[in-house]
Amino acid sequence: MALEYDSLNENVKKCQYAVRGELYLRASELQKEGKKIIFTNVGNPHALGQKPLTFPRQVVALCQAPFLLDNPNVGMLFPADAIARAKHYLSLTSGGLGAYSDSRGLPGVRKEVAEFIERRDGYPRPCASYLSYHSDPELIFLTDGASKGVMQILNCVIRGAGDGILVPVPQYPLYSATISLLGGSLVPYYLDESENWGLDVNNLKQSVAQARSQGISVRAMVIINPGNPTGQCLSEANLREILRFCYNEKLVLLGDEVYQQNIYQDERPFISSKKVLMDMGSPFSKEVQLVSFHTVSKGYWGECGQRGGYFEMTNFPPRVVEEIYKVASIALSPNVSAQIFMGLMVNPPKPGDISYDQFTRESKGILESLRRRAKIMTDGFNSCKNVVCNFTEGAMYSFPQIRLPPGALQAAKQAGKVPDVFYCLKLLEATGISTVPGSGFGQKEGVFHLRTTILPAEEEMPEIMDSFKKFNDAFMTQYDNNFGYSRM
Amino acid sequence: MRRFVIGQAKNLIDQTRRPRPHHNNIRLLSLLASDPIPVSSSRLFSDMPGSDSSSSLPVTIDSINPNVLKCEYAVRGEIVNIAQKLQDDLKINKDAYPFDEIIYCNIGNPQSLSQQPITFFREVLALCSHTALLDRDETHALFSADSIARAWKILDQIPGKATGAYSHSQGIKGLRDAIAAGIEARDGFPADPNDIFMTDGASPGVHMMMQLLISSEKDGILCPIPQYPLYSASIALHGGSLVPYYLDEASGWGLEISELKKQLEDAKSKGITVRALAVINPGNPTGQVLSEENQRDIVDFCKKEGLVLLADEVYQENVYVPDKKFHSFKKVARSMGYGEKDISLVSFQSISKGYYGECGKRGGYMEVTGFTSDVREQIYKVASVNLCSNISGQILASLVMSPPKPGDESYESYIAEKEGILSSMARRAKTLEEALNKLEGITCNRAEGAMYLFPCINLPQKAIAAAEAAKTAPDTFYCKRLLNATGIVLVPGSGFRQVPGTWHFRCTILPQEDKIPAIVNRLTEFHKSFMDEFRD
Repeated sequence: MALEYDSLNENVKKCQYAVRGELYLRASELQKEGKKIIFTNVGNPHALGQKPLTFPRQVVALCQAPFLLDNPNVGMLFPADAIARAKHYLSLTSGGLGAYSDSRGLPGVRKEVAEFIERRDGYPRPCASYLSYHSDPELIFLTDGASKGVMQILNCVIRGAGDGILVPVPQYPLYSATISLLGGSLVPYYLDESENWGLDVNNLKQSVAQARSQGISVRAMVIINPGNPTGQCLSEANLREILRFCYNEKLVLLGDEVYQQNIYQDERPFISSKKVLMDMGSPFSKEVQLVSFHTVSKGYWGECGQRGGYFEMTNFPPRVVEEIYKVASIALSPNVSAQIFMGLMVNPPKPGDISYDQFTRESKGILESLRRRAKIMTDGFNSCKNVVCNFTEGAMYSFPQIRLPPGALQAAKQAGKVPDVFYCLKLLEATGISTVPGSGFGQKEGVFHLRTTILPAEEEMPEIMDSFKKFNDAFMTQYDNNFGYSRM
Repeated sequence: MRRFVIGQAKNLIDQTRRPRPHHNNIRLLSLLASDPIPVSSSRLFSDMPGSDSSSSLPVTIDSINPNVLKCEYAVRGEIVNIAQKLQDDLKINKDAYPFDEIIYCNIGNPQSLSQQPITFFREVLALCSHTALLDRDETHALFSADSIARAWKILDQIPGKATGAYSHSQGIKGLRDAIAAGIEARDGFPADPNDIFMTDGASPGVHMMMQLLISSEKDGILCPIPQYPLYSASIALHGGSLVPYYLDEASGWGLEISELKKQLEDAKSKGITVRALAVINPGNPTGQVLSEENQRDIVDFCKKEGLVLLADEVYQENVYVPDKKFHSFKKVARSMGYGEKDISLVSFQSISKGYYGECGKRGGYMEVTGFTSDVREQIYKVASVNLCSNISGQILASLVMSPPKPGDESYESYIAEKEGILSSMARRAKTLEEALNKLEGITCNRAEGAMYLFPCINLPQKAIAAAEAAKTAPDTFYCKRLLNATGIVLVPGSGFRQVPGTWHFRCTILPQEDKIPAIVNRLTEFHKSFMDEFRD
């Protein structure tokens, strides 16, 4: 055999990605056997019945088949603004959806992204102060999903095992998996569950000090805002602290902001890392290196299958940008359909447009429902025995803490499973609910969680939460032996 | 002071992006033309204090991953950067140039040069993009009946008909079934949908395999020289060693087993463990189509030496000569009686080439056979980190491997489109090959397949000396001169590697047929004046 398991790249063997790991594979097996499975393992809204927004699908359908635009009857199937927008995006390409674009993405779309960023952060053009807040399309790269962008940037930053990346615990395991694959070191900083998953700069300092004492050069820090799996939204003060910390410690900040549209409380609206950085002024605004990531997969769009994302670099030297461009060019170009989705996302229908009312109705409907579901799920978990759940302030997940009794820990050990994997497998088999065990995201030693999404249809939520409660309370009773519980 | 200087640098960089007066552009261009290293306007400012210093920033050119610095990709490299600046300048300074458009012959990107997509494929894609269309009566007036039927069939294979959802990390099962059936129809040997991993183009699949195979620079991958520089770039990025095997230009870019053996032994003696053999068939940039006998020898070689065979077959539909035919390596191996236990084979296919040319959709797959289940699990795991490839590309890949059949409503128009494109490519390949062979000092092997011509140019000593003085590789020097005189963008042979001391360039056969005579004229004129200037 030419390729043996033993001779595979160790970094590949080491890397883990629980989101589509053991639980998911088991759930898929059970589904094949005919069991009804509710997949809440991944933030995949359309798979759970969320409908795509109508307008972007109309525009992209026209771009897929431009001959439709020549047909006199096209107006019977498509509204005029969708037709106009399709023509607009096709004019930005050099051969429609089937031609490789610029390796960084279509310049016209990147310009729209730049304008969106300026508008979002409160500096719409024409801007009084050109140099104080500016988004440069040349520093915006479109990618096949935000994940590819994260991989590209980390590939640039990580030179070897001596390079450490600060990653929140719990984290979305793209980061741990990618750091593993690239042969770098993950430097964890713990979020505080008792403070609603808050970020304490003292934890950061401790983590960095510890890493450095082990000879690791800490190069970058990842924040996921809103958080995944934890959902917390960072305050402006928090972001300032983080940016100051990165300035002092000379770290690149990787701002994963893919859930920026998913905010379910009003105390902490989304503020971009870039805006805070620029508002801090010199020297921070000129020297802190920042990469911000966004996507069409989340928000109220949920267009995961398109694979569309971007990253924006701030304070990156031109020669480094060239190198990143060079690596992007090896992959030739990101897929053009998704680039058009991105253009539409940052430039949605405006008041007065034919499709505006429908678009607004659809978007609001989704966001308001997500907000309600975030609450239903949090409350539902909190009503269960030995389950404590922080409120989902943002993103798409609920991350309840499951306080497993010693009996359960023992049973898990006997079964050869990590405790939360054991619990989640039992949950799956009893109810068909497919979750991801907290160990897939990282957690404090001896404290267990699971991650589920808030995406199942609203009308199915009560039944799902009932089903969970029934299983959980029976499980807890079964393994209860009054000896003390796992807790933080 | 530092802030002021950074501000100055930023201003200057910004200025070079805005349209500039003519005389400044000439100065900029002449600076760029003489600079041998990959260039952008910002390079001019790299010596300014604070603009790119390694001082306090964590990520600078001195501190990024050295593998990133090492890797190169000439298809979209230096010459293309210059061409893009020329193109921008042409918009405002039309009269400054002896040509009125830039013609990109550097990259296999057919639809950017007016090749039309296959109508049936795009009908199906449009219906899958906006499924509400399928509920409307008016749709029947605008779409063919079989495209509507196919869209329904595909949607039924997607859970919830949700084309916006992440799929299975190997790709939607029903689509993989269609691809497996297509492979079986092509080869006459069964294919397992579970062996198929769908990717955003074939390139990510190549990267995945390199990642699996390479642990350090002691791991080597045998690559053809000349090669499509994805391979060299990927090996560099993953920290491995490229072990070159030279194709024989004199025998139509033939692949000699003796050369493979020689290079393998050579690598071993240097302490390199060779893990795989990459073969591109039809070849890129060389265009040769391997004979079945050659393929059998290659399969035996891999089996004997315990190498994974990486078969890049993205040009399988592009064969232009009646005396050659494409045979997949899978078919060849199976017809030799070799099964899963005998040979580890990864076959790559893409929707970017062929007659469909859907580069911008990013679709493709690799068929992975002859690996143990624990290895396959690792491949699956790596694929899952990216969740899945884009659904639209997956749908297209299934359509490419199971197109309309005789009797289908769209069959006639589909066949007409397909054959129109392929016969035109064959004509263009011949026309350009003949034209190039007429030029002084240039010999060009025929393009048996793929999308490129890769002529050998015998540069006079004077030209080589001039190139050296300009600190540029001689073929790059030639291509830059050619670009500035004609607006035609080629890729110098050094981008693909070549036998040392020989020079080539790669030109695509993709400009539309009506543009070919003008291209031939400009090339011929330029070459004559170049030779007049540099003839020994």
